[in-house]
Formats: sequence, C-alpha cells, structure tokens
Amino acid sequence: METEKKSYTTEEQLVYADWLDRGMKLGFVMLVVSFLLYVFGVMTPHVPVDELPNYWHLSAAEYAAATGAPHGWGWLAHALQGDYANFIGIAVLSLVTILCYLIILPILLRRKDTPFVVIAVLEVLVLVLAASGILAAGH
Amino acid sequence: MRERPPGSGSPADGRKSRGGLVVGLIALVVLLALPVLGLAEPNPPEGYVAIPKETGGMPWWGWPLVLLVVCFVLGIVAVLGGVGGGVLFVPIVGGFFPFHLDFVRGAGLLVALAGALAAGPGLLRSGMANLRLAMPLALIASAAAIVGAMMGLALPTNVVQTALGLTILGIVVLMWMAKKSEFPEVRQADRLSTALHINGIYFDAGSRQEIDWKVHRTPQGLLMFIAIGIMAGMFGLGAGWANVPVLNLLMGAPLKVSVATSKFMLSIVDTSAAWVYINQGAVLAMITVPSLIGIMLGSLVGVRLLKVAKASMVRKIVIIMLTLAGSRALLKGLGIWN
Repeated sequence: METEKKSYTTEEQLVYADWLDRGMKLGFVMLVVSFLLYVFGVMTPHVPVDELPNYWHLSAAEYAAATGAPHGWGWLAHALQGDYANFIGIAVLSLVTILCYLIILPILLRRKDTPFVVIAVLEVLVLVLAASGILAAGH
Repeated sequence: MRERPPGSGSPADGRKSRGGLVVGLIALVVLLALPVLGLAEPNPPEGYVAIPKETGGMPWWGWPLVLLVVCFVLGIVAVLGGVGGGVLFVPIVGGFFPFHLDFVRGAGLLVALAGALAAGPGLLRSGMANLRLAMPLALIASAAAIVGAMMGLALPTNVVQTALGLTILGIVVLMWMAKKSEFPEVRQADRLSTALHINGIYFDAGSRQEIDWKVHRTPQGLLMFIAIGIMAGMFGLGAGWANVPVLNLLMGAPLKVSVATSKFMLSIVDTSAAWVYINQGAVLAMITVPSLIGIMLGSLVGVRLLKVAKASMVRKIVIIMLTLAGSRALLKGLGIWN
C-alpha cells in the first residue's frame, strides 16, 4: 500500500512533506505553549493583556512608539516576555520552508536535476533576504 | 486512466490524525476557558504607564476569543476554496474587529501561511499538490511578494483596498465565464514545462480514477506570478485567489491539482511577505496567535473534506467566497461600507 501511495509523488516531494509536517507541528506546539504562558501570566508580557485594547487600534508605528515595542529581530531580546515569547513559534513557522528547501537540495543534486537545484538555491536566498530585516518599508 | 483499489488509507494513520485533532481541540478548549476562569492575571512591566481603557464593554479576551472561532471556520472554507485564509481574514477581521489594519494584514499573511503549512504535508503526500509545478512559480512569486509588501506598507490603505476589490471581482468574472476548468484540455505541453518535467498523476477520489496531467503556457504563467506575488504582498493577503485561476485556466492544470498546489505555494510565497510585516512590527501576538490556531485547526479539517469533495463544488465555493471578499474590499476602499 505504501508503494502505491508513493507512486503519485517524487522522493523530494515526500521528504519535503515530512519536514514541513515536523516544522509545522513544532511551531504550532511552541505557539500554543507560549500563548498559554502568555495568557496565564506565567511570563510577564511587555504590554499587559488587559491594556491591549487601548493599543491594538493604533498603527504598528504608533504602537511601537506608545509601548516601546521592538522592530525587526529586536523581539529576540524580549523573548522571555509573554507577548514576544510567541514570536519564537511564529519564527519557526516562518523559517520551516527555508529548512525544507535545504533538506531536498542533496536529493536534487544527487539526481543532477540542475534547473531545480538552481531554483531551490535562489528560493533560499530570497527567503533569507526577506527574513533578514535588511529591507525596510513603511509610511 | 486506471481504477485504484479502495481502502488505501491505514487505520493507524486515521487514528494518528484524529489524535492530533483531539489534542488541538483540547488546547482550544483550554484557551477558551482560561479567561473565563480568571486565570490570566496580567503583570505590568516596570516603567509601563497604563492609559484609560476603551474596551467598549468587551473584556480584553472577548475579541481574541471571537477571532479564534471565526478563524476556525475560515480555515475549513479556505482549504476547500484553495485560497489562503488571509483573503477572507483581512476584509472580515479588518472590517468588523477593532484592530488596526497594520496588525490585521500582518496576521492575515501569517494566517494564510499557517493554513498552508497545516495543509501542505497532506497535499504533497497525496500527490494532489505538485512540488515541481510549485517551485518555479513560487520562486517568482515570493521574490515579487517582498516588493509588494514594501509597496503595500507605503501606499494609502484605501487605494490598496479598492485595487484589491477590483482585482478579486475581476477574477470572479473570469472563473464564472470559464466553461472548462475541472479537467482543462492541454493538447501539448509547452517546451519549458517539458524541459522541467512539470507533469504528474494523482488519484481523484471523486471519480475513483487516476488523472494524468501536464501544463502549457508556462512562460505566461511565470509572468502572471510576478503580478500575483506583488499583489499578495501589497494587500497583505494569501494569493490562492489568483493562484488557482492562473494554474487552472491559464496553465491547464486540473482544478484539484491547482487548488492543492496553490494552497501549498502559499507556504512559500507568504513566508517572504510575512517576514517584511514581522520586521516592521506589524504583528501582535494577541491578534495573530488566536488567528493562527483557529486557521490551522480549521485547515486540518478542511484537508480531509477536500479529498472527497467534488471539483465542481470546490469551484462554486471559490466563486462565492471571492465575490464576498472582493465586494467587501471594494466597498471599504471606496468608503461606502466602513
């Protein structure tokens, strides 16, 4: 039955799916746990939860100015605060695709699938650039 | 096309997936119960100066709770419709919840991303989503999405909303008028897709047949995904609403392959745009996390329904959802329905 299932996919597709599954579950669990710690008050948040309704109608820039919220990867320095602890799970979910591409690269290389090796490498570079925080935007 | 013997699913797989769902639902119930039980006691940080509350009679946990439930429902219909939850999430939450659009757009991209991540493994394993079809298109779209996200954060909100509404309604008209979309006729694959070996076979549970497919007009498809990526990043949405018509109507992929591959592609394209929003501080955990949890649990349910859903029904769901979301965005952009 397993052979029959795999006949509809390629090796790299199954490997990609497995790692995507692992990363998704890890990120999801981290997100749920950190959110529980956040709403339980186990980890002191940067902004108290009952004060949030006073700020969530502000723009991102106004919110940062009013609460001293960090930009870019600055949240890492606040990762032990309840609200920013959630960003660890968010980061895992947002990084898992890069990991999946890196994992299937050896398979593509072994098969000498040059076009898709190039595509995979370029995709990793694009995603790393986006995640780096080098690019700035805003009003 | 060949008949496939029934009963391919393993009981162990079913128990495992049901177990995961039960765990998720327990987590959901716990989350819902916390504020009601009064267990969430906030601790103000040092030096923090509170300002007067403006909750409008709703306790602080009220809106996140409603958000969680709404996103669970959106997660189910988003998978069936082959759209990122973001395309529905942003107009609905942006229109009816008290959160600023910056945070709604940031959460919308992460919602679409989470839905795609939850659905992706199952869609890839079943063969309905195709990695070789997705990779070249996602590369173009994800690079363009970075540009789009930066543009979207710079443009006035009403301009973005109006353009979004018009775009979605245009796609609705295109899909409504198309006569062949479940299994488009592709007489000959183009040179590029042939060189890249972009083709596949999948088992259609509805007709109980194996479907061989190939695509054409790949260069045109790649060009379209530049525009799709820019729009996805600019509007702060997933891009399933545009992916499906291009994959299905332009490139000729079967509708289910288009829906599944589109859903999977969102996990790549929305990653790049989401990082721009994260790095700009446009992500608020109290808005994003309940949305993500709701959409991921909903997506897990949606994937199971997708395997047995009829392609024609999926198409109708796509059209209805896009009409509603497009109308809402257009009216809001024009200031008619704020």
